[in-house]
Amino acid sequence: MKITVPVNEESIEGNVGQSFARSPYFLIFDTDTNERLFMKNDAAESQGGAGPKAAQFIIDQKTDVLLVPRCGGNAADVLNAADIDIYKVKNISVIENIETFIAGKLSILDEIHPGFHNHGK
Amino acid sequence: MENKHLKIAILSGKGGTGKTLVSVNLASVADYAKYIDCDVEEPNGHLFFKPIGSRTKDVCVGVPRVDQSMCNGCRKCVDFCQFNALVYVGNKLKILDELCHSCGGCMLVCPKKALHETKLKIGEIVCGVSDHVAVVSGILKEGETSGVPIIRQLLGYANGQMDYTFIDCPPGSACTVMESIKVADYCVIVAEPTVFGVHNLNMVYELVKLFNKTHGVVLNKCIDGQNLAEDFCLKNKINVIGKIPFDETLGLMNSNGIIVANELDAYKKIFNSLLEKITKEIDDEAAIDLKR
Repeated sequence: MKITVPVNEESIEGNVGQSFARSPYFLIFDTDTNERLFMKNDAAESQGGAGPKAAQFIIDQKTDVLLVPRCGGNAADVLNAADIDIYKVKNISVIENIETFIAGKLSILDEIHPGFHNHGK
Repeated sequence: MENKHLKIAILSGKGGTGKTLVSVNLASVADYAKYIDCDVEEPNGHLFFKPIGSRTKDVCVGVPRVDQSMCNGCRKCVDFCQFNALVYVGNKLKILDELCHSCGGCMLVCPKKALHETKLKIGEIVCGVSDHVAVVSGILKEGETSGVPIIRQLLGYANGQMDYTFIDCPPGSACTVMESIKVADYCVIVAEPTVFGVHNLNMVYELVKLFNKTHGVVLNKCIDGQNLAEDFCLKNKINVIGKIPFDETLGLMNSNGIIVANELDAYKKIFNSLLEKITKEIDDEAAIDLKR
């Protein structure tokens, strides 16, 4: 299973990015192989529609699960179409969040905001 | 005098500064005028004019629709779209109408001709008449994100037989305002004497300079003593073309949808002289342009 987490830096000890689509990197963690892959998030620089673009990117990386603090409506719409489950992170490090998720202790993100459209930066 | 066709845009950095007050009163003191309400998210000029004989026209935008059986998943459209309105998920093309800016590019780049255009209604334009003023209002449908296509169509009405067209702009300095002032011969910036007011005055001032528009400031809600907006104008050598007092009678009448220039001589004078000043400024600018 592939877990994607938006991150501010290329480190699993750091914090989860505050925004899904505007975070500079994604960590893609493969639970089968323990492989950790950091990838640049090109969507962060989009003028508009960063959410769908970032969603497209992590779908193409064959993500199964997304761990985020929050997620906009357009991104959630696209992620749902790809059957990606969205879980809400806790205020702990990236790796701790992944471990907590694997232990089954993160809950589904049920609150989708209408999007920040450049105002949330 | 021959037909002038002067287009005057009225704008301000923040809402509630007095754009509509200035617009409707200027239109009322002009002999024959057209009033265009470009504040499509919350048009209110018609509340003052109460136009009759209104006709309504739908405003639509083109958005793409896909024939999935013809789409080969090449993603040329996905990569092309600058607004990320197209995604390819689960072997299907998905279109996010809300993000589409109707450029039509996706349909052009599709090698399989799998995309075609459909029309979506985003709002209306209502035209009516109130005494000697032709009233045109744009109304954006609730939930729609951009009023720019409506404003573009509204400005098509700015080319009439009238001497004056007054363009009541949306607040702020974003795309909708830029679209609204594009055709204007003159920009009237309405400002109020608060710290917030001055901050926003600065933003619209930068905008009209960027667009190279002849402009002047009307100071609204003036009280005795220091006026922050006036200080800003003095410091930046901006032409102050009129002052409107902070007056309870005015506030009360205006909030009841009454055009004060039609009722009170003092205000008729203020707006008459404002209109004269604006006209002269445009004429002077035209004279300078001729010399160049």
